[in-house]
Amino acid sequence: MTGNDKNRAYWKKNLQYLGILLAVWFIVSYGCAILFVDFLDKIRIGGFGLGFWFAQQGSIYVFVALIFIYVCLMNRLDKRHDTSNREEEE
Amino acid sequence: MSVQAWTFVMVGISFALYIGVAIWSRASSTGEFYIAGAGVPPVVNGMATAADWMSAASFISMAGLISFMGRDGSVYLMGWTGGYVLLALLLAPYLRKFGKYTVPDFVGDRYYSRTARIVAVICAIFVSFTYVAGQMRGVGIVFSRFLNVDITLGVMIGMGIVFFYAVLGGMKGITYTQVAQYCVLIFAYLVPAIFISLLMTGNIIPQLGFGGELADGSGEFLLDKLNGLSQELGFDAYTDGRKATIDVFFITAALMLGTAGLPHVIVRFYTVPRVSAARSSAGWALLFIAILYTTAPAVAAFARTNLLNTVSDTEYTEVPGWFKNWETTGLIKFDDKNGDGNIQYRGAHSQVENELTIDRDIMVLANPEIAKLPNWVVGLVAAGGLAAALSTAAGLLLVISTSIAHDLLKRELVQDISEKGELIAARIAAGIAVCIAGYFGIDPPGFVGQVVAFAFGLAAASFFPAIIMGIFWKRMNNVGAISGMIVGISFTAGYIIFFKFINPEMNVPAHWLFGISPEGIGTLGMVLNFLVSVPVSLLTAPPPPDVQELVDNIRSPQEAGPPHELSV
Repeated sequence: MTGNDKNRAYWKKNLQYLGILLAVWFIVSYGCAILFVDFLDKIRIGGFGLGFWFAQQGSIYVFVALIFIYVCLMNRLDKRHDTSNREEEE
Repeated sequence: MSVQAWTFVMVGISFALYIGVAIWSRASSTGEFYIAGAGVPPVVNGMATAADWMSAASFISMAGLISFMGRDGSVYLMGWTGGYVLLALLLAPYLRKFGKYTVPDFVGDRYYSRTARIVAVICAIFVSFTYVAGQMRGVGIVFSRFLNVDITLGVMIGMGIVFFYAVLGGMKGITYTQVAQYCVLIFAYLVPAIFISLLMTGNIIPQLGFGGELADGSGEFLLDKLNGLSQELGFDAYTDGRKATIDVFFITAALMLGTAGLPHVIVRFYTVPRVSAARSSAGWALLFIAILYTTAPAVAAFARTNLLNTVSDTEYTEVPGWFKNWETTGLIKFDDKNGDGNIQYRGAHSQVENELTIDRDIMVLANPEIAKLPNWVVGLVAAGGLAAALSTAAGLLLVISTSIAHDLLKRELVQDISEKGELIAARIAAGIAVCIAGYFGIDPPGFVGQVVAFAFGLAAASFFPAIIMGIFWKRMNNVGAISGMIVGISFTAGYIIFFKFINPEMNVPAHWLFGISPEGIGTLGMVLNFLVSVPVSLLTAPPPPDVQELVDNIRSPQEAGPPHELSV
């Protein structure tokens, strides 16, 4: 593979990660906490309705988790990209 | 010791700390002044970003707003945190790789246009000024309520402190002072929240106590009790939504997209050493923000329950001391309409007339007193509110001074300015900005509060699409981006101005386009921006090869070089 191909593969993989993580982001915040909130409120966890919990607590926890997952995925991808570059140079 | 004495102690100690940090970390070059020499570790940068982001509005107003809005308060909770996901995934790493100092730098280079750069500079200055005025006002309120100094004097003390460390320390000084301020503000927010959670639910973690049972042995859940109390007094049930679903959707989106487009947040990601550090520092920032943002709704519910329990149907002569204190500031008003000497606090669904008006902003500040916490906690909250206001004000002032000294002077007007000259210009600009912000704080134009909320919509409709497309779509050219920004921002601003300033009496859901309030219209403005910029771009010439190369370069994983020197 040439450097260009590799960059393209790297970018494609990155877009794939972005697609999946942003889908989760959208489903949790706009789905669970806004569009389906009344439906989810029928399920109770302690004093919370599930929809209310997502709206005021859960979505924020998911946001934090999403960023750290992306950080890990990209660090791994960066490392792989780096080593394959180095092998080529040798 | 009295509340006032404790407040002096807490505020005094925290101010001494900030000044000490500022002296220890002052800037000696423009690189240090603008982006702290790009040498800030991600965790530290995350903490500083969190303090930068959480303003007087987050600390003082947000829980109060939520406690009056119930479930719909989620628009702020999600809107002001979800944007960080977009920032970490779609913006921060690429802007760091691009590696210059400011958002206008990126817009100007990517769209090879001086017009685009100047428009971006003006937007950045406008957004920052409206914001900073609100912060100075927050400083004034805290000083006048807790330290009994005049609002004017309070604002001037705040200006002095910010001037000292922003002008002296630049980004480097601000970053390390913000770390100290984050520690003060989060401690000040959590201590009363934990106390109240323990008192009311017996659970030490407010986030859990929020959904737990009351500690009075009744076995009733806190939220059920709150719903019951609210409905009894003619308010809507706390955990029910009141806004239309579409409106909640659009407001949340406008706040999220706006957060990701705000210049004073984006600029923080230039201060880290590597691209990977830009990603992780966004994660740290959101983690530190989430600590406060998941506590806030709990505080809101506790405060609301306490308030309904304490004041409703109490004899006016028997009210607790905090009630009288806030009454003298005019933020609580009691009007005994039926003349029975009792306070009737009622909602819209009640037959009985409501006699009490409470300013939402006081809920967090009054909360420790309402829950009868010790005096030192009250003093601590005052110091925390000041930390939140000052840290945000300093970050914004830096954006203003950078915009003027770097984007306008260095890049446009006096291109051969020396580094030393630029540094002096940046400091003078920061100094002038402090004075103007202070003036707005003492004598606020009535529209400041409203404009701050709309700044998000405007940022969402203009900056956000231009930056996203600049990174993710190589074919986007200058004509497309500029026409998109113009359509997006004029549509959004027009809608807001129409409903807020020209025809405020029409500002009801029946007249709104698709039922979207002016707060949420920025999302539609952003959609329009995309709808205009893409076809226009396709119909005009593609960007020149060197710009396409620039895009390839910011996407590729090869590390960004050392921070850019000034000779760009």
